[in-house]
Amino acid sequence: MRRRATTVLTLATTALALTGCAAGSGTAGAEGTGTLTVFAAASLAGTFTEIAGDFEADNPGVTVRLTFGGSADLVSQVSEGAPADVIATADAATMTRLTETGLVAGTGSVVFATNTLEIAVPADNPAGIRSFADLAAPGLALVICAPQVPCGATTAAVAAAAGVRLTPVSEENSVTDVLGKVQSGEADAGLVYVTDVAAAGTDVLGIEFAESTAVVNEYPIAVLAESTQSQPTRSVGSLAGDFTRFVTGPAGQAILREAGFGAP
Amino acid sequence: MARPDRSVSPSAQRATGDRAGPAMLGVPRWTLVVAALGALLIVLPLVGMLLTVDWLQLPALISSPSAVAALALSLRTAAASTALCVLLGVPMALVLARTRFPGQRLVRALVLLPLVLPPVVGGLALLATFGRRGLLGETFEVLGVQIAFSTTAVILAQTFVALPFLVLSVEATLRASGARYEAVAATLGAAPGTVFRRVTVPLVLPGLLSGAVLAFARALGEFGATLTFAGSLEGVTRTLPLEIYLQRESDPDAAIALALVLVVVAIVVMVGTHRPERAR
Repeated sequence: MRRRATTVLTLATTALALTGCAAGSGTAGAEGTGTLTVFAAASLAGTFTEIAGDFEADNPGVTVRLTFGGSADLVSQVSEGAPADVIATADAATMTRLTETGLVAGTGSVVFATNTLEIAVPADNPAGIRSFADLAAPGLALVICAPQVPCGATTAAVAAAAGVRLTPVSEENSVTDVLGKVQSGEADAGLVYVTDVAAAGTDVLGIEFAESTAVVNEYPIAVLAESTQSQPTRSVGSLAGDFTRFVTGPAGQAILREAGFGAP
Repeated sequence: MARPDRSVSPSAQRATGDRAGPAMLGVPRWTLVVAALGALLIVLPLVGMLLTVDWLQLPALISSPSAVAALALSLRTAAASTALCVLLGVPMALVLARTRFPGQRLVRALVLLPLVLPPVVGGLALLATFGRRGLLGETFEVLGVQIAFSTTAVILAQTFVALPFLVLSVEATLRASGARYEAVAATLGAAPGTVFRRVTVPLVLPGLLSGAVLAFARALGEFGATLTFAGSLEGVTRTLPLEIYLQRESDPDAAIALALVLVVVAIVVMVGTHRPERAR
């Protein structure tokens, strides 16, 4: 239920942001008003939609336009000149690529949340999974992320640290694909992030495991050098800077913690 | 693609009006411009892709074990699903073209549905039917057939999306040829089975061939339904399009190189076997 509500909210906000952009493009740069374009990792869809709504409520006249996607996709879009003011990625490696090419503003990036892996099983846990070691059981339909994508790299590192050899029946491109296979009951178990289980609702049961802390995924956020909202337009500083401070501040952190993200 | 007939001079073209037809009859000049623009829309992106290929690295990129496994799996599954399409599609086309029954228009629309459905939707539908918790999933499990995460699932997904191409093609050929020959054969005493083998099949062969080629090409390019329904594992379910999608995450050069392989295979198959019918 919660997930559905979030989706509706995301759609509504996107629609609002789009119309707001068309109507308010002339006001950008005025005193404390304008449109702020935020690129954020897909796993932040729920939390950033909520954060953006609160930020808009605190800053009348400001519209936050959110774009969600895979971190690598977002970074290549920014590299190819997509107009964005703020970017938040799901891993440090992709953000490093942006920083190295000089596309991040002088302030650099700051980690605002962390995420660890959790075992996801269908609600009735048909294979009776209780620990990370259980995932090596023969005949188990285990689905994980492919090593080429961030969640898969994390999975491989966690498995190596735990000394467990995983033989998945499928290596998916994204954590949502893994979750989908568990949700539909196709897979007996999957490895996803804690926040994915929290957002999945009652179809999916999360099983925490001690070995997950071996690899902690960090989420960095940064103001982009090309941002038209990075200049101080008023005493408190730039709109883009305000937004990142809102995310790292108590209001943003409370929303992130609620969704299962760890403290930076 | 009509080819200009070089044996006919422009003046002769205007003078003649026979059925074979001069090349430019009924083709206003402006259509050439628009047709060229349309062709550009298809060709330019391919040129753009060619320009980004890392030619030096190409041999290494397309001969990696995962690339070879993906190509082999793609060719194998596309061939299997094309065979399934022919097996199922010819009788379907025959029933649609040669019989009349209530609700036929609806049935025809349903059969063609995979043409217009987004592949992901097809994948979800297959999952709801053949998945472990789907409509028929338990039946298959009792029979000892595991479809989830198997190559069978890939072939099912490919057949689902490719079948309409074959049915459409064969049905159009059947309608164009009419039922006269079959009627004559039947009046001469041939049994329905004999008529089908000796008259109908030879008649639809050109349509069957081009339909099979289209189905093969469509199966080769299948992506969304496979990803949703079958999963992605090297050598088992990760076909070439899935491998391209995965490589794109970490190695865009490898993705482009594999995309080139897919394009070349598709072009070879289409040019090598697809012959649009010409006026004889």
